Amino acid sequence: MYAFDIERPSTIADAVKALKDEDAQALGGGQTLIPTLKQRLAMPSALISLTGIGEMKGVCLADDGAVCIGGATTHATVAKEAAAHYPGLAGLAANIGDPAVRNRGTVGGSLANNDPSACYPAAALGSGATIITNTREIAADDYFQGMFETALEEGEVITEVRFPVPEKSHYQKFVQPASRFALVGVFVAKYADGVRVAVTGASENGVFRWSEAEAALSADFSAAALEGLTVSAGEMIADLHGSPEYRAHLVKVMTGRAVTAVA
Amino acid sequence: MPKDGGIGASTTRREDVRFLTGKGKYTADINVFGQAAAIFVRSTVANGVIKSIDTSAAESMPGVLAVFTGEDFVDVGGNPAGWLINSRDGEPMKEPKRPVLAHGKVRHVGDAYAAVIAETEQQARDAAEEIIADIEELPAVINMADALAGDNYVHDEIGTNQCFDWGWIEDNRAATDEAIKNAPHVTTLELVNNRLVPNAMEPRASIGTYDAAGDSYLLQTTSQNPHLTRLLISAFVLGIPENKLTVIAPDVGGGFGSKIYHYGEEALVLAASKKVGRPVKWVADRTEAFLSDAHGRDHVTKIELACEKDGTFIAFRSETLANVGAYLSNFSTATPTFLHGTLMAGNYTVPNVYVNVKTVFTNTAPVDAYRGAGRPEATYSLERVIDMAARELGMDPVELRRKNFIKADQFPFASAAGLEYDSGDYDALMDKMEAMIDRKAFEERRNASEAKGMLRGLGINAYVEACGIAPSNLVGVLGSRVGLYDAATVRVNATGNLSVMVGAHSHGQGHETVFPQIVADMLGIDPGSVDIVHGDTSKIPFGMGTYGSRSLAVCGSAMVRATEKIIAKAKKIAAHMLEASADDVDFTDGQFTVKGTDKSVSFGEVALKAYIPHNYPLEDIEPGLEETAFYDPANFTYPSGAYACEVEVDPETGKVTVERFMACDDFGNVMNPMIVSGQVHGGVVQGIGQALLENTTYDENGQLLSASYMDYVMPRADDLPFIAVDHDGGTPCTHNPLGAKGCGEGGAIGSPPTVVNAVIDALQSGGKNVTHIDMPLTPSRVWAAMNNA
Repeated sequence: MYAFDIERPSTIADAVKALKDEDAQALGGGQTLIPTLKQRLAMPSALISLTGIGEMKGVCLADDGAVCIGGATTHATVAKEAAAHYPGLAGLAANIGDPAVRNRGTVGGSLANNDPSACYPAAALGSGATIITNTREIAADDYFQGMFETALEEGEVITEVRFPVPEKSHYQKFVQPASRFALVGVFVAKYADGVRVAVTGASENGVFRWSEAEAALSADFSAAALEGLTVSAGEMIADLHGSPEYRAHLVKVMTGRAVTAVA
Repeated sequence: MPKDGGIGASTTRREDVRFLTGKGKYTADINVFGQAAAIFVRSTVANGVIKSIDTSAAESMPGVLAVFTGEDFVDVGGNPAGWLINSRDGEPMKEPKRPVLAHGKVRHVGDAYAAVIAETEQQARDAAEEIIADIEELPAVINMADALAGDNYVHDEIGTNQCFDWGWIEDNRAATDEAIKNAPHVTTLELVNNRLVPNAMEPRASIGTYDAAGDSYLLQTTSQNPHLTRLLISAFVLGIPENKLTVIAPDVGGGFGSKIYHYGEEALVLAASKKVGRPVKWVADRTEAFLSDAHGRDHVTKIELACEKDGTFIAFRSETLANVGAYLSNFSTATPTFLHGTLMAGNYTVPNVYVNVKTVFTNTAPVDAYRGAGRPEATYSLERVIDMAARELGMDPVELRRKNFIKADQFPFASAAGLEYDSGDYDALMDKMEAMIDRKAFEERRNASEAKGMLRGLGINAYVEACGIAPSNLVGVLGSRVGLYDAATVRVNATGNLSVMVGAHSHGQGHETVFPQIVADMLGIDPGSVDIVHGDTSKIPFGMGTYGSRSLAVCGSAMVRATEKIIAKAKKIAAHMLEASADDVDFTDGQFTVKGTDKSVSFGEVALKAYIPHNYPLEDIEPGLEETAFYDPANFTYPSGAYACEVEVDPETGKVTVERFMACDDFGNVMNPMIVSGQVHGGVVQGIGQALLENTTYDENGQLLSASYMDYVMPRADDLPFIAVDHDGGTPCTHNPLGAKGCGEGGAIGSPPTVVNAVIDALQSGGKNVTHIDMPLTPSRVWAAMNNA
């Protein structure tokens, strides 16, 4: 680790102000950033911790029934407090990492980092969530822009994420056995106006929607509806845990299992 | 029934009180007044010429006390190989120098070429980043076959990447070839025994302290064998006289082989301490452990089994390429040869065995002994090819093995691979295993798995291994440059309690509990009055340390011999006290009694007399009660086992789940069944890890892709089944006083083929034409095999 300053503002405004300093870096739960710092792979001048900002924490319901989660809310809190309103999302949160990760890591941190194997991007994209920052609202479909790439501007902070609640939803994760991130994770959500299928872990481009499956499942919400569909291995990740072909195959298997779990 | 707390009792581990309450004292926990920190600068390329290293900027950084490069160590010795192996043509192996710090060339990612000593670790790290090394990257030699075929040499000065080409037993080669040529059935299998990173929980660490007043050195280090480390540093590397160097291995958090060896970092902290006049401490981080600890296994083997149509074995023949990495680690030449080739007859009466091993230098981390060391490789080759042969012959895999087992009445048995197995009963183990697994009901369990869409397989396995290393005369003939005895000093204190100084080192084995059980049992006293001293060369006799499942069989035997000497002397003292002849004195339950009388003295009274020798026959008996024994074993010990495993394979994803695991072992006489069970559990977990999870991967440029826990899969609790073990009623070792066989490695030796055999059985039961998959059997590999992808 290199030396750095740390600040723990208590309001969004103060955090945004502090992040204007060159080389200042927002710190959520630190589950990615701290290991990166330990490896001396990043050298921020200051860490601006977002975990002391009360207005960025907690789970509540919007008037339209959407589940609203503060950007600095931990996975453990989501797992507990969203369970009654959005069990598919709570189930996903409950299986991220291990208890230590879940009690530190935050939804905003995960979405801002946009690790191509993280779970939350699948939930956000699969729910058609809205990412709310200190300056604007961004639709999930516009937010994820590739591996570790998002629509966030420099210094922009995710203050809240709003998840429309589907009729049915499920997340199936086939874990990469070392990191326990998703080798392939599929979030399936059935809304009144159609089904969304978001896939994490698999693609070189990060989380994506499997539109063929969405169309098929919107017509017939059953695993059988997926028969005959194939996923192209073209842009899938190749690493020592799986070939592109294997990941493409798993996308279909996990999608089917997610549907079967709630159909 | 065992005596209370004595031999055979499942006494809980007394060392766990400190380990489980955070009171263990590991090298990294030790802070010495005035200590400075060392940080190593390691190569980021696998092969490169060091054109220049500019340390000037680093030297002027805050807190920096010294900077070392390979240039500073050109005049000291290299870290030697402990075994000289000759090639089939009689040519000695190639032994390139392994320097303290890389000089001239870097040869693997992680090869240290410089070190910074600074006031703090942070300052040393900062300065290390300012070292400017001009290293010209060269193409890396990674694949062993490529290494042998090409002319890109890891060590230019030896002009080859082959260390040696070894045949065992060379005189049996022609007969084995002939037998295979004429055999009615030959099963051939090409397989990989995957490279493993040891991953002891505690990374390596060393503190060097030079004392100018006495011109002496202290090395506190993570070692399984402090005397061996001292010998290597003194006799080969730095030339510090042994009497001027103390090596202490305090609590050590696991080794699994990787801490047997002397590493350059230990020499560096000693030399640095002298130069800067301060103690110098280095603690590896996990990345350094991945890159620079000696790895294990890494064999590529072609194994052939020739047999009659009825399954009677005629011959085993194997050809192996064994990776030694970029440098020869201390045991690296023994592991693929005498710890591997000699086991290639397995548990069988097979008459012909021939083993060829070519060891190969590559631009990868050194490879050396890792839990099992050569025997897992032998067992894996044999038990996989036997399983395949059973399938080809349409025979039951248990029956095929039984048909060829050495029978209980055939011991001692001279194997076709040159060892004399002293004892065993392989059929009895197989009987026990079949009962434990409830084989009769397997089809019901398979049907239940199939009903939920899973494929179920049963894998079985038999193993025998050679451990408790080793008879010095024998290993001397075979090329060992050291003896492999061990030593113990039993000191009875004046007040009747005991301190026992042993050459073996405990880094998870439980010596502090088990060794007192044995001594106390022999003396008829409370085990709580016996304590073990280990790990400090200034306190313990010259023993060779802990590896090769030798602590009990070799050091324990030395301890028994020393305790026998104690009893013999104490008996004389007691005889004097009782005014009787020593021949007339019996010693039972801690009491010396004159035969046929009620005259007796206790062990404690005798001890006090030895130290306060008033009215004492000083002309005949020395005062004091302290004895040392060195014990050199007459043979290896030969533990054996029959293992079974049931797996479920998800046909959609290829994921393998181990549902049941049964380990029946013969470890001879067992001193503490609970600790032995723990040893088996740990070994089986490592074996399951090798079989299913641990995927050490270098890319073609020599970058270690699996260099962290984000990619290297250590087995975790949720990867594992309940492991049922049984080691009751073993056949005692016939040549050591405890009748004990080594138990530290059997689990790791017996389990990998058991798991793989089970997976193949599952796939075959599902109609998949898969006859072999190389370890680790990751979901993606299993899926690819099922789908020919």
